[in-house]
Amino acid sequence: MTERVLLRHVGAPGQEDIETYMRHGGYEALRRALRELSPEDVVEMVDRSQLRGRGGAGFPTGRKWKFVPKDAPVKYLVVNGDEGEPGTFKDRTLIEGDPHLLIEGVILTCYAVGIQKAFIYLRREFYRGYRKLERAIAQAYEHGFLGERILGTDFHCEIVLHPGAGAYIAGEETALLESLEGKRAMPRLKPPYFPAVMGLYNQPTVLNNVETMCCIPWIVKYGPEWWLKQGPPQLYSVSGHVNRPGVIEAPLGTTARELIERADGVRGGRRVKAFYPGGTSSRPLRAEHLDVPLNHESLAKLGSMLGSGAVIVMDETTDMVQVIARVCAFYQEESCGKCTPCREGTRWVTQILDRILHGRGRMEDLDLLESIAKNMTGTCFCPLGESVPPSLRAGLEDFRDEFIAYIKGARAPVEMPVRIREGILAPGG
Amino acid sequence: MLSEAAREDIRRLASRYPVARSALIPALLRAQEELGWMPPEAQAEVAELLDLPVELVAEVASFYSLIFTEPVGERVIQLCTNISCLLNGAEEIRRHLEERLGIRPGQTTPDGRYTLRIAECLAACDQAPCMIVGTERYGPLTPELVDRILFENEGRR
Repeated sequence: MTERVLLRHVGAPGQEDIETYMRHGGYEALRRALRELSPEDVVEMVDRSQLRGRGGAGFPTGRKWKFVPKDAPVKYLVVNGDEGEPGTFKDRTLIEGDPHLLIEGVILTCYAVGIQKAFIYLRREFYRGYRKLERAIAQAYEHGFLGERILGTDFHCEIVLHPGAGAYIAGEETALLESLEGKRAMPRLKPPYFPAVMGLYNQPTVLNNVETMCCIPWIVKYGPEWWLKQGPPQLYSVSGHVNRPGVIEAPLGTTARELIERADGVRGGRRVKAFYPGGTSSRPLRAEHLDVPLNHESLAKLGSMLGSGAVIVMDETTDMVQVIARVCAFYQEESCGKCTPCREGTRWVTQILDRILHGRGRMEDLDLLESIAKNMTGTCFCPLGESVPPSLRAGLEDFRDEFIAYIKGARAPVEMPVRIREGILAPGG
Repeated sequence: MLSEAAREDIRRLASRYPVARSALIPALLRAQEELGWMPPEAQAEVAELLDLPVELVAEVASFYSLIFTEPVGERVIQLCTNISCLLNGAEEIRRHLEERLGIRPGQTTPDGRYTLRIAECLAACDQAPCMIVGTERYGPLTPELVDRILFENEGRR
């Protein structure tokens, strides 16, 4: 196992203070870049590191930066800190545990792309992270790493910390731009989609995730070859039925079995029934896939995805009908209502699962769920609605007997795991 | 209905953005910090401060779950019941909270102290099951810990 990189100083005592961060080598990458490297050099380094965005889509970061027109007078960086994919908590861990790492990554990105204004969009629920980042940003200004004429050069950069107000959909990047512009977080029509040319306020914009930003100082400090030799480092949020849930840094392509071992195994020594490899928008996999390398390609072959790297472990006692119902209810609650397949589909699916859990399901419901899943595939305006069919399909194909057990009365009815917004689903369905 | 300090903060928030409208969410949150929730009159005041049509402010305020367009208790409890918390006993915590507070999700205790809300994933699954009370996060929760957080706190005040 290689040494930790992204998490190296996370949670170290006093790490949120700039003095400690600097004692641990912080802001050296920025000094190096401003002294020795041209902006183009930094872009090249990131490109050569093969860094792929850590928000879920996995787009190559260097290539994204290269799309931004060099001569544009105004450009923005928007950092997506709206982490909300169920099971994902790596960004929050980075923000709370090493806020200056994020800030240094942001400044370096601005330098590389020629940006003078960055916005960090933090979901509202990150009250603690917001306080820590606010303080860290103030310290960075005091030390001359932000503001005018940074480290005596003619490079200017400022960071605005921007709070969300409770909306998972704001994590979808066009919806995030809308939200940042003071509107409802509803996704923009795409294609065409070129935020690098027309993003925030219709200006060229780079959008990157928090973890992606936290990789940059390391790549600039030690170089892309070193970075690749480290794995490259990737954060997995491991939760559910494990003994020690937490963020685990492991090379891309680590298997779920290895991650579970590093999380001290399954609780009670039980066996795994299933796991989500990349948050609830990915298709959950059965135990037989525990040895599949968690990377973009292998998971795509199984109809799943690495997504946000959130591995949610479910042991053999897990009620998959409850799990899938709760996941669908989440998407129903968070649907922005803009497009019909998502708005109606998420609601129908949740209602049907609710009645199955209450012992009032019918065998035809299984076909109905399948047909709704089909009609929500490729028809939704944005990825939110498209996140429902993978869970539903896995449920119907891999855990069908559990649904049938509820329908046939072999399993005692339960209260719906959650009727989220009172009034949408009346008690009892 | 907003204090001069809040009005001043909102004007200053607007100056941080190239387009003042971007300050809308931060402004609503600043106003809500003072009032506890966002009644229509306060939304109108924010609209005036940012020079925006009031219906546009209402449109945004009604979209986000943490802008309260109805009165809430002194402290809002956001209990996560999403997947990792569900797998770790969030339903038991929900029932415990309902019983101890005597309310259902979406309701406020008669003494106006607490509003109980079901939250979506709070990105703290390493602390599942977890909740946020006011602006502080707690977890992993047990019924005993919930009692300490809610009721011992109360005794101290």
